[in-house]
Amino acid sequence: MSTATAIVKPVMPERHFLNDNYGIRSWLLTKDHKRIAILYLFSITVFFLVGGIFASLIRLHLLTPNGELFEADTYNKLFTMHGVNMVFFFLIPSVPAVLGNFLVPIMVGTKDLAFPKINLLSWYLYMAGGIFSMAAMVSGGVDSGWTFYAPLSSGYLKTHVIMLAVGVIIAGFSSIFTGLNFIVTVHRMRAPGMTWGRLPLFVWSNYAASLIMILGTPVIAITLILLALERGFHIGIFDPKLGGDPVLFQHMFWFYSHPAVYIMILPGMGVISEIVPCFSRKRIFGYSFVAFSSIAIAVFGFVVWAHHMFVAGISVYSALVFSLLSYAVAIPSAVKVFNWTATMYKGSIEMSTPMLYAMAFIGLFTIGGLTGLFLAALGLDIHIHDTYFVIAHFHYVMVGGMVTAYLGGLHFWWPKITGRMYPEAPAKLAALITFIGFNLTFFPQFLLGYMGMPRRYWAYPPEFQVLNVLSSAGASVLAVGFLLPLLYFAWSLKYGEVAGDNPWQATGLEWETSSPPPTHNFHHIPIVTKDPYAYGEDAEVTVVH
Amino acid sequence: MSTSQTTTTDHHPALAHQFDSMEQQQEASTFGMWVFLLTEIMMFGGLFTAYLIYRLKYYPAFVAGSTSISVSWGFANTLVLIASSFTMAMTVWAAQNGKRKAQVWLLLATMVLGAAFLGVKAKEYYDKWDECHIPGHVIGKGFNAWGGCSATNKSLGNIAEEIRDPEKHGNPNIPEVDAEQTAKRTEIFFSFYFAMTGLHAFHMVIGLGLLAWLLIRAKSGEFGPAYYTPIELGGLYWHFVDIVWIFLFPLLYLISRHQHGV
Amino acid sequence: MQLNFPIFPEQASSMAGQVDALYLFLVLITTFFSLLIAILILFFAIKYRRTPGRQAEQIHGSTLLEIVWTVIPLGISMVIFVWGAVIYYHMERPPANPLEIYGVGKQWMWKFQHPGGQREINTLHVPTGRDVKVTMISQDVIHSFFVPAFRVKQDVLPNRYVFTWFRATQPGTYHLFCSQYCGTKHSGMVGQVVVMTPEDYANWLASGKAEGSLASLGEKAFQQYGCTTCHRPDSGARGPNLEGVYGRPIRLTDNRVVLADDNYIRESILEPNAKVVSGFQSIMPTFRGVVSEDEIIAITEYIKHLSPQQANPLNNRSTPTEIRDSEVPNIQQQNKQQNQQQPAQQTPQGKRPANPSGKKP
Repeated sequence: MSTATAIVKPVMPERHFLNDNYGIRSWLLTKDHKRIAILYLFSITVFFLVGGIFASLIRLHLLTPNGELFEADTYNKLFTMHGVNMVFFFLIPSVPAVLGNFLVPIMVGTKDLAFPKINLLSWYLYMAGGIFSMAAMVSGGVDSGWTFYAPLSSGYLKTHVIMLAVGVIIAGFSSIFTGLNFIVTVHRMRAPGMTWGRLPLFVWSNYAASLIMILGTPVIAITLILLALERGFHIGIFDPKLGGDPVLFQHMFWFYSHPAVYIMILPGMGVISEIVPCFSRKRIFGYSFVAFSSIAIAVFGFVVWAHHMFVAGISVYSALVFSLLSYAVAIPSAVKVFNWTATMYKGSIEMSTPMLYAMAFIGLFTIGGLTGLFLAALGLDIHIHDTYFVIAHFHYVMVGGMVTAYLGGLHFWWPKITGRMYPEAPAKLAALITFIGFNLTFFPQFLLGYMGMPRRYWAYPPEFQVLNVLSSAGASVLAVGFLLPLLYFAWSLKYGEVAGDNPWQATGLEWETSSPPPTHNFHHIPIVTKDPYAYGEDAEVTVVH
Repeated sequence: MSTSQTTTTDHHPALAHQFDSMEQQQEASTFGMWVFLLTEIMMFGGLFTAYLIYRLKYYPAFVAGSTSISVSWGFANTLVLIASSFTMAMTVWAAQNGKRKAQVWLLLATMVLGAAFLGVKAKEYYDKWDECHIPGHVIGKGFNAWGGCSATNKSLGNIAEEIRDPEKHGNPNIPEVDAEQTAKRTEIFFSFYFAMTGLHAFHMVIGLGLLAWLLIRAKSGEFGPAYYTPIELGGLYWHFVDIVWIFLFPLLYLISRHQHGV
Repeated sequence: MQLNFPIFPEQASSMAGQVDALYLFLVLITTFFSLLIAILILFFAIKYRRTPGRQAEQIHGSTLLEIVWTVIPLGISMVIFVWGAVIYYHMERPPANPLEIYGVGKQWMWKFQHPGGQREINTLHVPTGRDVKVTMISQDVIHSFFVPAFRVKQDVLPNRYVFTWFRATQPGTYHLFCSQYCGTKHSGMVGQVVVMTPEDYANWLASGKAEGSLASLGEKAFQQYGCTTCHRPDSGARGPNLEGVYGRPIRLTDNRVVLADDNYIRESILEPNAKVVSGFQSIMPTFRGVVSEDEIIAITEYIKHLSPQQANPLNNRSTPTEIRDSEVPNIQQQNKQQNQQQPAQQTPQGKRPANPSGKKP
């Protein structure tokens, strides 16, 4: 790709999706997938802040071993609301609902998703679920844990469990509709020449995640509905005192909640698959393997749920089967990590902010994923199950993986979405601070877990204090790292450098249209003739103007 | 509204802006509805799985519960729904062939049959209320919490007697000492009964709403050979609701019925 | 603040070393691969950094490499799986003749009962060098019995006995935690396991105020609740004689064979007509709400100690049907069957039930 010798300063396009229409109604009643993505961006950020505040309070409380800051009941509510907000209102929607909504139609070369009104409905359902969740918080909080185990949740707690469960159920429908939209769009609305083999890996990942969304989420809906019925009407579905089976709840709950973690990570992996080739100027290594590994993760993800239940009273034979399958699901993720690394080999690498986040992802996800192997090992899981080891593991994959990928994606596509560049120096600083803060927060928790500190403990034995203090110190650094982007992204909206169509010189249909894109994405329907990631000397990307 | 609707492309008034052609719109929409129905299968599937697990676990109680609901009404409802699926399929045919009046009448017939179904369900629910077969407050605690269990204020002991009474299609083989325990377990049966039929009825109500909306549009002649996608989607949804009932009926109503000579 | 902090729990049980060995292996694997990937990406980022005049080399991929880095992780995973499975298998199979201790978890405390009748709250005394099997049940929600120093954990469920076992190797006092979130005082449901040498343990047993052994407490309850009315050795008894029944296979009225273990005895007390012994009628009333979990444990202990007086103690009424080896269920099948309740089809005249083959759900 030749660069012009006289560089013309890019200008913002006159009309684009952000200024095409003004007024609150044009936003709240929009059918434009890009505007809906922005709506999600705001609400998800709010829930991330809420969940983050709870996390800060938890870490603050855990500075001392004797439970001095909050009462036990309050603490139990803190970790419940942290978990629920983060899992259901941040992690599951974030990349698909913000980046996916924005990019998937553009990446496949079409004007919008298949069902724009359902897309808007999705956002409203998300907000409705969020309102129930907030209401549960405001009316005293819930202390069931985000896992809502029975019979504790259905028969023993005095807090507003049903209100919170309803919020989660409604948010679940939001997720289902997003997944449905993506699946139909990818199947039926690709531009001429956009074969499955030319789809960007970001689309493959969101597609795989969407499969999980539509198949798994209905099961959590019905599980929580049954829990709510049991709690409301005192019937015996899960409570043994009334004839029910508490382990059945766990099976039904984890049947969704395990695949759910793949809903969270797959789109994040898709982001990395876009960033690494771009900043290595090199096509992705092993495209088909990366694409199919996404599907493999989605499929295998459905058959490993009882690895959360090894000590719950399942039979030895079940445990053996689920342990074996859990190793199977780890392999496709490993394949992706190797492929990303190989993509960098003999590339031409620029350490931009998105690339920093992508590299952090690869390293931290590797650690997080490998610690999953500890948990899948039966004899070892007996010791580390329900301890801080588990907490460290899932924060490594969720925060070190998923949130890192989300931030990387936000930085990568910020110029496309807003037309402006973020300031590079503060961004790199924030990435570094986040990386340091994250490791300081969560690495000590592996050690705490192996020592035997159980999860969800309001007070702990004094010999665990040093590691807890380290972890809390890290959390304060991490908080700074997360807050900085909020500040400079906001700043960039007014003062950021105008980005132009393709500031990164990246491939992909989204970079062929203006930044920000026009409301209908393209001026003419693009026709795709090149492979994706056609970086390299003679690779001219398709021109659409 | 013009009756000669050709299969032209971009300028059909019903073509949504995100689609390039009516064909794409129709294919995407029906595919979307199938995906949605798949999610519904997963939801009902979770419920059915839990039901089956407890049916295995508390078999006699489930038999007792099942005998207490009316197979005649259930069967009648099954016929009603199958008929309504037929009229719905005919509606799609009528739309495909541009028969406006037929569409309207057939939609109306479908709605009437659907409403009849709901009416029968209401009667069945009332019967359960009358017999105090409402889970939670009545069976579980043996007293009437809602202040109006119609004829009798039944206790757990009363229900335990009913379960063994052959006149009431009960099973005299259930040992007397066991009857109260079994009576309590019937609560779980009725919980599933109301949850499953309730979720199904909820979907039917939504279905009726959809049909009403389609009726209004069909009346104004919106659908014809060039564009009948909404009717097709409505048909898919309606058939799905019908199929769920086809599963519900045997699962709930027909457990070991022959054993008690009904 | 305690400044010298450990990062590894003590190894105080026979299995702890094995668990730690697997852990260390995994730590090595994780460290190796994490460092490998981290070093590679940093190295590539530096070595192949963007310089004018050098283009990236477009490499599509390499099927060979893909196979290699699929097969090798798969191989390593299988090693880990087998290793973990072997340890787990040992942990799930209690050894023969363990010292049996019963535990009841409730919000928010642990209660333990020794066979000699000693009761403890939130503390558990055990000897070294002896296999100890702890059979537990919850009175309310799900708890979990966790002793990090032993590397042992087991969720404690309501309405169903579970067990775990360990052999303590080192005297000392170790943490006992509840590790399944159970409400307000979940983190207060902690205690200690006090491991003593066998001599010290014997002294401890002797020193306490013994109300009599657990089995004798059970015998008292057995009489107090009128069980002896029906469960007698004579042939006119309305209930099966329980001498020697514990641990034996039993044939039921519907021809199934079950093992008379703790769960069976508990079920027979709480839901007596779920499994009726062949040759007897379903007339035993339920004692749910009458007998407490502690009493059930004591009664079970008593029944365990009843020695057999005759060859076929249970089948003294019906024709003694031989129970074939193939019919005797193993524990897994037994636990599965616990959750099924087949109807008791026996009618007073001993007629065959209407559907002997069992219902087809």
